[in-house]
Amino acid sequence: MTTATVTRVTGTLAEARPLREAGLYELVRVGARGLLGEIIRFKDEIATLQIYEDTTGLAVGAPVIATGAPLTVTLGPGLLGAMLDGVGRPLARLAAASGDFIAPGASAPTLDPARRWAFTATAALGAAVRGGDVLGTVEEQPGFVHRVLVPPGVEGALAALASGDYTVDEPIGRLADGTALTLAQRWPLRRPRPVAERLPADRPVVTGQRVFDLLFPLAEGGAVAVPGGFGTGKTVIEHGLARHADADVVVFVGCGERGNEIAEVVQEFPRLIDPKNGRPVMERTVLVVNTSNMPVVAREASVYLGVTIAEYYRDQGYRVAVMVDSLSRWAEALRDIAARLQEMPGEEGYPTHLASRLGQLYERAGRATAAGAPTRTGAVSLVCAVSPPGGDFSEPVTQASLRVAGGMWALDASLARKRQFPAVDWALSYSLYTDATAAWFADAAGLDWAAVRTRVLALLQRDAELREIAGLLGHEALQDRDRVVIDVARMLHEHLLGQSAYDPIDAACPVAKTGRMAALAVAALDAALAAVERGATIDELELPALRRAYVALRAAPPDAIAARAADVERAIAALEVRR
Amino acid sequence: MIAVRTHHGARALIGALAYVEDARGAAMGEVVELRQAGQPPRRGQVIDASDGLTVIQILEEPIGLAPARVAITLTGATAEAPVGRELLGRTLSGVAAPLDDLPPPIGEALRPVWGAPMNPVRRRPPGDFIETGVSAIDGLNTLVRGQKLPVFSGAGLPALELAAQIVEHARAGAGEPFAVVFAAIGITARETRLFVERLRASPARSRTVFYLNEARDPTIEQLMTPRFALAQAEFLAFDAGMHVLVVMADVAHYCETLRQVAAARDEVPGRRGYPGYMYTDLASLFERAGVLHDRPGSLTQLPILTMPDDDITHPVPDLTGYITEGQVVLSRELHGQGVFPPIDVLPSLSRLMNAGIGATKTAPEHRRWADQLYASYARGREARLMATIVGEAGLSDPDRRALTFAADFERELIGQGHARRTIGETIAVGWRLLAALPRDDLERIDDATWARRPGAAP
Ligand SMILES: Nc1ncnc2c1ncn2[C@@H]1O[C@H](COP(=O)(O)OP(=O)(O)O)[C@@H](O)[C@H]1O
Ligand SMILES: [Mg+2]
Repeated sequence: MTTATVTRVTGTLAEARPLREAGLYELVRVGARGLLGEIIRFKDEIATLQIYEDTTGLAVGAPVIATGAPLTVTLGPGLLGAMLDGVGRPLARLAAASGDFIAPGASAPTLDPARRWAFTATAALGAAVRGGDVLGTVEEQPGFVHRVLVPPGVEGALAALASGDYTVDEPIGRLADGTALTLAQRWPLRRPRPVAERLPADRPVVTGQRVFDLLFPLAEGGAVAVPGGFGTGKTVIEHGLARHADADVVVFVGCGERGNEIAEVVQEFPRLIDPKNGRPVMERTVLVVNTSNMPVVAREASVYLGVTIAEYYRDQGYRVAVMVDSLSRWAEALRDIAARLQEMPGEEGYPTHLASRLGQLYERAGRATAAGAPTRTGAVSLVCAVSPPGGDFSEPVTQASLRVAGGMWALDASLARKRQFPAVDWALSYSLYTDATAAWFADAAGLDWAAVRTRVLALLQRDAELREIAGLLGHEALQDRDRVVIDVARMLHEHLLGQSAYDPIDAACPVAKTGRMAALAVAALDAALAAVERGATIDELELPALRRAYVALRAAPPDAIAARAADVERAIAALEVRR
Repeated sequence: MIAVRTHHGARALIGALAYVEDARGAAMGEVVELRQAGQPPRRGQVIDASDGLTVIQILEEPIGLAPARVAITLTGATAEAPVGRELLGRTLSGVAAPLDDLPPPIGEALRPVWGAPMNPVRRRPPGDFIETGVSAIDGLNTLVRGQKLPVFSGAGLPALELAAQIVEHARAGAGEPFAVVFAAIGITARETRLFVERLRASPARSRTVFYLNEARDPTIEQLMTPRFALAQAEFLAFDAGMHVLVVMADVAHYCETLRQVAAARDEVPGRRGYPGYMYTDLASLFERAGVLHDRPGSLTQLPILTMPDDDITHPVPDLTGYITEGQVVLSRELHGQGVFPPIDVLPSLSRLMNAGIGATKTAPEHRRWADQLYASYARGREARLMATIVGEAGLSDPDRRALTFAADFERELIGQGHARRTIGETIAVGWRLLAALPRDDLERIDDATWARRPGAAP
């Protein structure tokens, strides 16, 4: 261990001297309270430290101790259900140590060092093992099998391995060269974990949001950016995905956002039951939290922490979804640090390495064959909220995200103001995963998903054109067949694309119901147009009755969907009844 | 931190910044006293501590300070605020010096003005309805205890008047202790008086602490004023168990001061010259609202900010909106029509509304009622815009009905005047307005809700 003294403190950065023996990105403890910091630059004898905690009161002359190790995360059983701060400290344990308000300098291990886990060895003694091989399993949560892996880069003959009850730090076995094996392993946050082979996307992550599943799907292993001004619904979407997305593991990174939003998750998720296994949603969730008033530097780390945990479960063969709310706060942390280092600013003050850093981050999403045996396939899917200043998407973080993400769910403030939620701008949004996922959806819904999708988009397009005409020339300028389009499109906006996050039934929509609702809207349009073609006027059509039936379908619980869909079919057949 | 030490002379004085050489042991945020013969004493704080040049931010006007003559004392302490119940009823400066001819407050404790972040897992999700008596808020943008809900105003719009009305009406339930903390940040004495006068006859008056940094006071001090106020509010809420409402006006002044300091330090400017860390800085104020597990009190914030040029995309309202749990937006147009309070509900939002409404809190059908009012009003506003081009005759029938609805809505639901409305009265007005529309126009109301509306045939 090397020691040095602080020569300067300004905001989140400090300088210290001499730290010649230490390495770049090595962790340091600073001052009497032992604030956590990291060496980010050496220049002329002076080491620049970024401090992960509040520096108020830190004085010139305070001691600095280099720890000899970089910032790592401890990966192992006990992560599921955990709530960690940006550098991996469990928040509940920080509360036990320092009370309701977080005091700087606290330290707490990520995984409970006292807890014992029942480990079942599965690897054969004497076998040659290497990074990624499964050594055995632990039931991490009821029904959830945690696969204990040989850490990446480690290999040798397995000299000892025994089933039994272990803490995360106790040796469960060793290699012939004496390397101890434990339930937990460490990994540096900023480095992607290795895989055997990256795989193309072949199925979606079902979001339960009709507008996304139908029009802008997320692929397993895909990455989507969700830009939107404040109040447009980014967080509601991210929370909805965390609740309902069909993933084995969800990592939610609350990066530089509100404490009360986290409190809501912390209260709700342990009580919310996952219909797939009857267990609380919290048991499959890892929360990484660094709210806007927590130290800025840890904000930058929090996103890497979340992604690294996701990769660790991917390596076990799980389908992991990561939600980041918000990536802009991460980028601002980069900007803040760069500004304090007096780096040459790029666009809007962001460092010139913003785009490359962002690209590297998005690249950590993907489907892959995990390293090691037996063969496992896993995926990390990434959904990143982006908070553009003034809601203007031309800004650097949105633009850099779009270059690397496979999709954009663009949120629109004018829709949000009308309380038209989710406020997705369908004309601006896109997904590069529609082709890769269409077959899966078609199979799940039992209909030609791609064809219905195309029809729905065409209807939206036509409606937009017609409304523009009406806005210029008046409603009178429209013919009945145009008015029919507007009428059906209105129903579609309101009830197919519109979805309330607060209605217990509407909050998540099964794929089959989404497909059915979309197909029925298209059928309704065709029937209404055909009737007009035959000479009916719009006032003669029973469009209000159709709409009522459609609303009832939207509100239908799973066991009533078939009956309500049949009602809509009858309403379509009876459109011309008034005549 | 080491003890008090005094340096004679500054290396440089640039605006409100003093540069001191070789200030050994200077600490980030350390409180500094600057003295000079023939000058009033001034206070400052260390913002860049170094074994070379240490930078001190001076809180009062630096006019007259001479680098060769000034004596700079580093006090060995970071800024602390006296806090306590006995401060209720008092009028203090922006840094808690007495303005009311009473001795300096001693309080029950000294607290760091910078506060510490609440541990997110110790927060209780806010969900207790606050009846403000204002329909546009109670009905459509419901406020709950522990929320931070700013008023986005424009120059000359009655934001402070609205805040005063809310404070006056939003009393806690019978027997529950409540308090108000008012932080004036660079507003005029006239504006302060307006607020104080509204409270004079109200029981809230004796339950209020005023922290006043008015337009004539030192501007740098504005960076400290909300923090002194919040330290006190936190004590009242979380140590003394009170329900505390904090009114801060005007956040725009605070941000300008932040910009001024950043410029003085030659920092890389962000949007419109405001520093890149303004989001984080504002969050360190607004995130101090909340409620905690196992503690009875609550800290609710009603910050007021004037949108420069009525522009909601300006960095000050924009960053605020990204941090706060919604916003109440005032409209120049409604104000011009004599509507009070002139709240435009479309850009307004309460993100915590859902937690505060419903059967046991307000009304069982509240959510759908609000959704429908929003939808119909939004349609009416769109129709109004369209009518300016194609004329009313060019509208479809439903659009024409929505147009009429929008006017009624603004006049009757929003424009309640200065009277207080209970939530029951607010809901009733809303149903009356909706009842004027045909059932088929009410797409967000399901049949069950429709059947349960007041006045429905049984
Ligand atoms: N799907 C939805 N259903 C109902 N209300 C929604 C939905 N999405 C957003 N909202 C409303 O919009 C508000 C703001 O959404 P939020 O996700 O917090 O915005 P952002 O994170 O973009 O600032 C919410 O508090 C809620 O009132
Ligand atoms: Mg959000």
